[in-house]
Formats: sequence, C-alpha cells, structure tokens
Amino acid sequence: MPNIDTRIDYYPTHEHSGIRYRRGHAMPFGATMVPNGVNFSVYSSAATSCTLVLFEKGAEEPFAEIPFPESFIIGNVFCMIVFDLDYENLEYGYRMNGPYEPEKGHRFKKDIILSDPYAKSINGRDEWLAPVNLSKKYPFRSRLVFEDFDWENDQALDIPIEELVIYEMHVRGFTRHPSSGSKYKGTFAAMREKIPYLKELGVNCVELMPIWEFDEYEHSKENGQSGELLVNYWGYSTLNFFSPKAGYAASGKYGMQVDEFKTLIKELHKNGIEVILDVVFNHTAEGDHQGPTISFKGIDNKAYYMLTPDGYYFNFSGTGNTLNCNHPVVRNMVLDCLRYWASEYHIDGFRFDLAAILGRAQDGSPLSNPPLLESLAFDPVLAKCKLIAEAWDAGGLYQVGSFPSYGRWAEWNGKYRDAIRKFLKGDAGMLSEVSQRIQGSPDMYWVRGATASINFITCHDGFSLYDLFSYNEKHNEDNGEENRDGASDNNSWNCGHEGETDQEHIVQLRRKLMKNATAILMVSRGVPMIHMGDEVAHTKKGNNNTYCHDNELNWLNWDDLERNADIYRFVKGMIGLRKAHPVLRDRYHYHGQDVAGTGCADISFHGVKPWNADWSSCSRILVFLLDGRQFNDHRKNNELLYVVLNMYWEAVYFELPKLDEQKKWHVSVNTDMPSPEDIHEYGQEPEIEDQSRFLAGARSVVILTGK
Amino acid sequence: MNITEKQKEGATILVLEGSIDSKTTAEVQSKVLEVALATEKLILVFSDVTFVSSAGLRLLLMVYRQLSSKNGKVILVDVSEEIRDIMAMTGFIHFFELCETIEQALKSA
Repeated sequence: MPNIDTRIDYYPTHEHSGIRYRRGHAMPFGATMVPNGVNFSVYSSAATSCTLVLFEKGAEEPFAEIPFPESFIIGNVFCMIVFDLDYENLEYGYRMNGPYEPEKGHRFKKDIILSDPYAKSINGRDEWLAPVNLSKKYPFRSRLVFEDFDWENDQALDIPIEELVIYEMHVRGFTRHPSSGSKYKGTFAAMREKIPYLKELGVNCVELMPIWEFDEYEHSKENGQSGELLVNYWGYSTLNFFSPKAGYAASGKYGMQVDEFKTLIKELHKNGIEVILDVVFNHTAEGDHQGPTISFKGIDNKAYYMLTPDGYYFNFSGTGNTLNCNHPVVRNMVLDCLRYWASEYHIDGFRFDLAAILGRAQDGSPLSNPPLLESLAFDPVLAKCKLIAEAWDAGGLYQVGSFPSYGRWAEWNGKYRDAIRKFLKGDAGMLSEVSQRIQGSPDMYWVRGATASINFITCHDGFSLYDLFSYNEKHNEDNGEENRDGASDNNSWNCGHEGETDQEHIVQLRRKLMKNATAILMVSRGVPMIHMGDEVAHTKKGNNNTYCHDNELNWLNWDDLERNADIYRFVKGMIGLRKAHPVLRDRYHYHGQDVAGTGCADISFHGVKPWNADWSSCSRILVFLLDGRQFNDHRKNNELLYVVLNMYWEAVYFELPKLDEQKKWHVSVNTDMPSPEDIHEYGQEPEIEDQSRFLAGARSVVILTGK
Repeated sequence: MNITEKQKEGATILVLEGSIDSKTTAEVQSKVLEVALATEKLILVFSDVTFVSSAGLRLLLMVYRQLSSKNGKVILVDVSEEIRDIMAMTGFIHFFELCETIEQALKSA
C-alpha cells in the first residue's frame, strides 16, 4: 500500500542555489510541514513581488532567498513548497515589494524581512529579558513547530459557565518570586507544579494574561529613581497571534514552548481546571507610523490596520494602532487563530482585551451587527468555548450591557466592580444598583441571563484588593510617568491612613473589608472572577497600573500564604460556600416569585426587620433571603441563605425571619469575627442561640444558613 | 550518531552516542524501532547523548508507545541533568522510567 504521506506531485520543479522547490498550496496560510518539505503560504493584496528568506537558526545572514515566481501566486497568495529543509533549525521570513505610499495606506519596504502572520512560533525573545542584540537583522524570526502532541485522553471539560470561579493570573508573576521554591521560576512548567494550590483554593478556571509572543523590551526604559528596567511585563502587545510566549517556557531556549504549554493545559484539565486566554486582537506591537515594521505593516498595511483617510493609524487601543478586525481577511485570521488555539491547544475560552474594537467598522465607526463577533459566536469549532468581552475600548466606546452578544458573549461587568466598590466603602444611595448587581445584573442582562455577567471587584488593571482598602489615591510614580498613568477614579478607601500603618484598628478594618468584598462576590449571581494574589492580600503598594514592573509589585509572594493565612482561608471558604449552594450559581436571574409554594420567593429583600427592606438613599444595609427550595431539578435543596450586607459604620441587630419548625439558623459567615470564626465550612456551621435576632458588626457581612 | 546493541538478561540494550535531533532522528528511528519490534524490554543508555531536541523527544515517545502497546517497557539510563530537565519541563518525562545504571534497569520489573 502506498504511504498516505506520499503524493505524486511532491517533487521539485525548480532549483535556486542548490535549494529545490515547487509551486505550493495556498491553504493553509503559514508554514506547514509536508512530506520532504515545507509549504509556505502568505497573503498580500498589494505586494508586487515576494521573496522567501531562509536562515539557519541563529545565523546573521540567510542561507537562501527565493523569489516567488509569478506562477506560484494564486489569487493574492504566494505559495511554495521547499524541499529538504531541517524543520528544527529553520528560521524564515519574507521580503515584500510594493508601493511605499502612506497616504494611500501602503508601507512596503522591500529591505525589511517580515515575520509570517501565521507563524506558529517566533524566536528572538526565547528567554525572558535575556540580553538582545538590538541591531540584529530580522529580530523576530518565524519558526516551525511540531504540532503533534500526546494529549492522551484530554478533552474539553465543558464546565457550564455559571459553575466557574475564574482566577485571573499572570504566568510569570505566579511563580517568579523566590518564595515559590520552583526550579523553573516564572514559567509554564512552574505553574504546572503549583496546580495543587489552585485546586485547593477551589478555582476551576484560570484566565491567563497574554501568553502570545510579545516583546518584553517594547518601550522599556529605566526607572529614573531606582534605575530598575521598566518593561512590557503584562504583554498586552502581540507580536504574533499563533505563537506562545517562549520566555514563559523554561524550555523556550530549546524552542519547546509549545510542548511545555500544552503539557500545562493537559495537567490543568486533569485537575478539573479550565483555561481561558486573555487575547489581544485590538492592536499589534508595530505601533503607529513611527513604530517598527515587523510583519503586518510590511505585508499588507492597508488590510491589517484601521487607517485614517490620509493613511495614519486610528488609535482606538491607546497604543498606536488598531487591528482592522472587520476586514474580511483579518476577520478570517482571527477566526483561524482562535480555532487553532481551541483545537490544537485545547483552550476552553477567550477573554478579548478591549473587545469593543472588534465591533468597529474599517472606518472606526461602531457596527450594529459586527461580522467578526457574529462569526465567533456561531463558529463550529468555537461552539463550546467561553467568549468574554472587555466591552470597552480606549476610543470611548463603552458597551457594558450592550455588547453584541448573539446569545453567546459574556462581559467583564465594569458596572459590577464600580457599584460594589462604592457600596463596600459605605457610599450612600447604592442599594438599588447593588441589588441588581448581586442578582447577576438583570437590569443590564435581562435577555441574556446572569451568565452574561463576569463579576469582579479587582483585576490586573487597577488596585489589588488589599490596596483598594489601603489607598485613596494611585501611587504610580515608579512607572516613570509622574503618576499620570492609570485610572484616577478607583472608588477606593484607605480606612483612615494612606498606605501601610501599624494602627491595629485600621489593619483589622482592611482585613474585614477584603473579606466583605470576597463574600459579596461569591454570593452574587453571574460568574465570579478573582485576581491572583488577592486571596493572600497581595499589595502593589498603591500602584494601580503595574504593566511595566517585573518585580515584587507583580509577583505573588508565597510567604503571604502564611502571613495572611486568615484571608486565604476566608477566600477558600467563600468559594466552598458558593459551590455548596446551587442557588448562588443559576444561569438565569432570580424570578422573584414563589414558584415552589414554600412561602417565599427565590430571592426576597429585607431590612433590620424581615420583609421590611429600607431602600432609602441613606441606607447602607442590604439584606436578602435566598430559597434553595425553588429549583425543580437536582439542584433543589432544603436550605435557605440569609445574607446581611451591613456597610453601615455601626453594628446593627437584625431580626431574623421565622423558619419552619424543624429548621434553625446557622452561621456560615460573619466577617466581624476573627478567624477562624469568620467562616464555617459547609456542614460545620454552628447553630445560633437566639433564633430571633443577630448582631451584625459595623461594616460586616453575615451569612446565615437556614436548615 | 553511533548506536551499539547488546543483549543481556532478556533485555536489549542500545548505547546511543551523540545528539538526537532532526538531523539524526531518521537514522535513530530506523534502528531503534527495528529493535523495539523484537524485544519486550528496551534499555536506552544515554551516558553519551549530548542533546535531545523536540524531534528526538517525539521519537522516544513513539518508541514508548510501540513497546507499551505490547506490554513491553523502555527504560532510559544515565540521562544527563540537562536532558532530564528538558524532559521534565516539557512533560515527556512522565512517560518514561529512568535509571541511573544498566544494572538497575535490568532489575526493574
């Protein structure tokens, strides 16, 4: 039987300085291993000619430059099969010739070697912050990777989104700190070692801040005060959409980042943890007209970027350029890319950075029915992937609540964050809004359901949870921009002293407020997301925009686990409480009715007296009763939750609703109590002596279980 | 790449010398897979293996799959720290049994 890999047409027809090649296949784009060779395929609508440039790994000069003959062009695609290449030691790129007419959108520069937009690996930054030769010819070189991988029995976990507790994290920051004890600090491999930590905490989804190849040296500069190098630490600046960041792999220097990352994903899945990628499609690392030409700009500037009528770059991303996501070719690239990550890397979902940009037309105007968002929502390969939008951009488009969702998209709920923060620090007039937020924001998502709302109080962008209650103002001086960068409107409160203090009452209040925040997040319908480090009260010392710091501001300090053991225990306990009570996790909103005939609705609001809520604007107390008996399926249980959010600065007695005779109120949570009395594990909740009333301390959360 | 073959106590021992990478995998593959077909227990001695690339790791995994499909086993002996590190980082190490010496490998059931 003939080998299925052999084809009658895989023989060379051309030769150029000893290199043998032939016409290739237009699809798929990129460089694909084929029997005895590599198929190269690259699109450009405006290039007049193209040359394939081949390097031995690390060599300064190429060993071959092969112009694509006219006959190798199919439509606007240049394609060629080159035989007898050493897959592992090959670096390749293209030179494109064409007009340099910026006012018409063309910026071809035939002397620059361009990286392949569909490359599966890019080298040049193989080890994090390793010294680089900035004058190197063609610094970001495209490479091939072996795409076979032994996934064993791995398959999508398919956890319903309402069941997720998302842990937003930075791969490097998770284990870079010396206290992590890892051999390969700051890498995918080290993260794999720490999976038991995530599992014990109880999260079942990690959302990884950008892991696509970026240049950590981009815009790097010295911090004037400390002399420390400020870098592109967060990585929100993509060099290539198909390549994992080699510098996040311990094996990156050997070119094995793909295997290392896939192994991490496989292990996370084995442990019941899904993987969401934070993806940056809104712009690239090529900047504006003054930025470098690395790939897209020299291949098809007009197709890949949104341009002003006179050929400059629209800057809806705040970073120089804007990817032209609703151009049909770019749209296909985005689709190809996400399908690739979902199918080849088994990624479970995507969070789209500045996603409002994905809904803009090529001239920048917002579209009512953006083809890209629709395509993603209905794509067959992505059908089970979670799609999460950061539903705003830096161009002023704010679509929280109105992002085109097609029944599929969820959103980072910025309004949840803002309202809960104000409520936590005791602002007046918040009850009406907060009552919506804790129900999964039915005022915003009444058609889409509670799962449209990704609830969060903190994320990578902004104060950490500890800092939220330790600083009134941002302190970003170390970013080298005289404290101009970062949001000024933080809805934070320093509890009476700006920054670190020994005053015990302030220290204790801060700890209580962190617990209050965690408790509210975990009892809210929608999908909770916590940020790495908040479970151990990590501080960024008041810096609310730590994008450039490769240091302790961003590194999880594993010693905090001991130092702030009470916070960790509380966060873990709250996740446990959420998991124990299905009523907190339904995908729909509460209906506010007594469907099961139990005498109370699935949610009802109360005050210091039951059935008597005080909605006045000076009230800072929200009390609600959740009835677990209202389900009519396997989630139905016989328990009630009475949640008292007392954000008032004095302690208040609450009369309790009367339970059926066989039931008693038990204390699950009381943030006014010191650990370990602040939270009790499910099944271990102590019964309260006086079943008629309960004292909620000043600024505290009480959760009682009726069973 | 130099490969020498020995038989001992029912096991086949292959002593490999050099780098297992895309330049040498074809050669190693034909030899090792040929041997793998005829033995239940394959011991690969790595004392003089200088490097194992992605292609090399894939070859090792193929050998492992070949032997485990017929309940045989493959043991790697005297693997350098660098190569062990690479195998650990990328996760390939989980598929293999590693021994310090040929004697230990022979004793391993």
